[in-house]
Amino acid sequence: MENIGALCILLAFCFAVYAILSSVIGKIAKRPFLVTSGERAVYSIWVLLTVAAGILIYALIQGDFRMAYVVGHSNRTMSTVYKFTSWWGGQEGSLLLWSWLLSTYSCVVVFQNRKKFREMMPYVTAVLMTTLGFFLLLISFVVSPFQVLMAGKGIIDAGDGQGLNPLLQYWTMVIHPPMLYLGYVGFSVPFAFAIGSLITKQPGEAWIHVTRRWTLVTWMFQTTGILLGAGWAYAVLGWGGYWGWDPVENASLLPWITATAFLHSVMMQEKKGMMKVWNMVLVSSTFFLCIFGTFLTRSGVVQSVHAFAQSPLGKYFVTFLAIGIAGVVYLILNRLDFLKSESQLESVLSRESSFLFNNLILLASCFAVLWGTLFPVITEAVIGEKVSVDAPFFNRVNIPIGLGLMLLTGVGPLIAWRKSSFESLKKAFAAPLIAGVLVAVGLFAAGVRHFYALMSLLLCTFVAVTIAIEFYKGGRAIATKSGQNLIAAMIELTHRNTRRYGGYLVHMGIVFMFIGFTGKAFDKDATFELAPGKSAQIGNYKLSLTDFISGQTPDYRWGKLEISVSKNGENLGTVQPERRFYTVSQQPTSEVSIRRRLNEDLYLNFAGSTDDGSATVVQAYVFPLVSWIWIGYWVVLSGTLICLVPNKQKLIYPRTEVVGIAGKHAQVEN
Amino acid sequence: MNKKYMKFGLLTVAILGVLGWLAIDGIGGSKTYYKTVKEVSDMGASAQEKRLRVGGDVVSNSIIRDNKGEVHFTLVWEGTKMNVVYTGNEPLPDTFKDGSQALADGKLYPDGVFHATKIQAKCASKYEAKPAVANPATHASS
Repeated sequence: MENIGALCILLAFCFAVYAILSSVIGKIAKRPFLVTSGERAVYSIWVLLTVAAGILIYALIQGDFRMAYVVGHSNRTMSTVYKFTSWWGGQEGSLLLWSWLLSTYSCVVVFQNRKKFREMMPYVTAVLMTTLGFFLLLISFVVSPFQVLMAGKGIIDAGDGQGLNPLLQYWTMVIHPPMLYLGYVGFSVPFAFAIGSLITKQPGEAWIHVTRRWTLVTWMFQTTGILLGAGWAYAVLGWGGYWGWDPVENASLLPWITATAFLHSVMMQEKKGMMKVWNMVLVSSTFFLCIFGTFLTRSGVVQSVHAFAQSPLGKYFVTFLAIGIAGVVYLILNRLDFLKSESQLESVLSRESSFLFNNLILLASCFAVLWGTLFPVITEAVIGEKVSVDAPFFNRVNIPIGLGLMLLTGVGPLIAWRKSSFESLKKAFAAPLIAGVLVAVGLFAAGVRHFYALMSLLLCTFVAVTIAIEFYKGGRAIATKSGQNLIAAMIELTHRNTRRYGGYLVHMGIVFMFIGFTGKAFDKDATFELAPGKSAQIGNYKLSLTDFISGQTPDYRWGKLEISVSKNGENLGTVQPERRFYTVSQQPTSEVSIRRRLNEDLYLNFAGSTDDGSATVVQAYVFPLVSWIWIGYWVVLSGTLICLVPNKQKLIYPRTEVVGIAGKHAQVEN
Repeated sequence: MNKKYMKFGLLTVAILGVLGWLAIDGIGGSKTYYKTVKEVSDMGASAQEKRLRVGGDVVSNSIIRDNKGEVHFTLVWEGTKMNVVYTGNEPLPDTFKDGSQALADGKLYPDGVFHATKIQAKCASKYEAKPAVANPATHASS
């Protein structure tokens, strides 16, 4: 079995090399049959990799404990779901998942465009297959998932395996890696189209139109993956953090930042024919940062709590990145004439300028995160000492950046293209700004003195009100014309221009997330030693330990506290934080209890017992507003999905159209 | 025309300047030197001036919780030992236990005890599991 699996991967690798050569040679030598044959190779690779993945999954579920990967990541007692998910529990398997996903995407791309873009498709195929070939090279020759355990020349059957890390046996962790990978891998497609269009000097923005949905969908997956990771950390790790600026977290954030910048700056190219070079740079940076993220997680180059063991993969990734980046830089420089901008910036107060600054600070944030993540590597190379920077550094730089972005989120969509005046801005933004200031003043009067928190809530209100006004104005216009009620009119409005109003919803989701992040400024925590019958106080909550129970399952021993909670004298029932000790891995884990509410979460962790055993140690936290992060995610998700729905009637954007209330005003002035 | 680009230039420089200043200030405030236990003991008194991140293995049976809620333990790396006291308020990670690899962030005090405010730990066998085979030296995994 394992031989067939390894053979499939090897064959897939050969097919990938064949697909690159036949597509490119077929294109240059004008032999369409070679191009077609290259496309068929893409389909065959998918079949081969599906078989390989199937074999690995079968071995994991059946418990073939001769295979190193199965022994390392599965065992006899785990449930079938977790056996299946151990497919991506380790390095070899997750690289196989990467390859399989990329091959699936490639099939979809080749099939969708089998009759279109005959000029650039061979190069698109070649770029996708080069990336796939690189990953297949790794899993065929460097870290094969089908390695068997050997002693001398004999194969060993280990009998049982180590199982998946109990911390990872949690539903969000089951889908977190595939989601992130769907996002990481998906960005290969816009990149491939960008390169294809660059090589063949396609006129117009065909590649942007083709890949708009790809970009949105992959962005959605990246967002989902990141938020799932955050949600997992919050619910499982026992200290209530959702983001720690850990290198691996940063690795997933970096391509997300550039992808977000790209999503915004392509609008400049679509509507004004500007920033063409910049968009090439962004789409390439995103792609390379995706590869870099995989490299960072897989090579152990930076120490991390997620640290996977040191592995021999580092040099392969560095080589691939170096060659790839050099190639793209050469290509862009060589095609600069073709990427000339069609119009110029006219004013600092314009939509163009807001996009520009949006990109500037997103990229600044990306650079700061990258710099901070690689700081140990840089200092080791320069001064010979490893020096790291922690969360305070990242927060210091990124909180002001976040606030600046929030400001632009409010201003950008409403400001006119080309040129706007202070007068029109005043009209558009007076109400939202007053609302924001009122909120901030109210909070200040209520005793909030945290500067960033006040600023953040001011800006959140500002943006939320601008979005609400946009929906209300558009909805009312339709309602008066058609006699529908306001809600139906707003839905109609959204349907007429899904991209614009879906985008507003995404912005609204981001506002909710920022509200959630702001809650961090008001966290409370305390550690108690609680004996049965005793109670303790945190914030308005009173916690009394009523009972301690314990027991055992085949996998772990457990102890549970029964704590009755009351708030300002009102009884809120009991909660049961639990502590487990997994017997196979000799590892304790906490099952925290979280009472989630919109205003604040009460988060209790059973941390252990005092040494003499007379009392239990309970860590209690109050996290205000944290639920808004998860609510914000759902809003972002629905907004993105709306953006993907086609408009009711196809809208045609003339290049110099003036959009928004500020824009209408500017038109009158002209 | 030039005036317009001047405006853009000035705004850009102002934004990047502020961010750059924040970044440099942030680095100064949170930089931590990676050292092994051995390197710390070689540094002598100069080790006391810097924030350090010290990596090593937790010596078995050295973990003691005192009645003030502080946790005392010993880290060892290539034969050199260092006493550590954990004074932070976040709970210790579940992976922190006898024999695990730990990273302690904090400062060395003149009495030679390392005061850690943050501990990261990884269980030697986890995340990237080593197969539990009788003779690991001969198995063929890379």
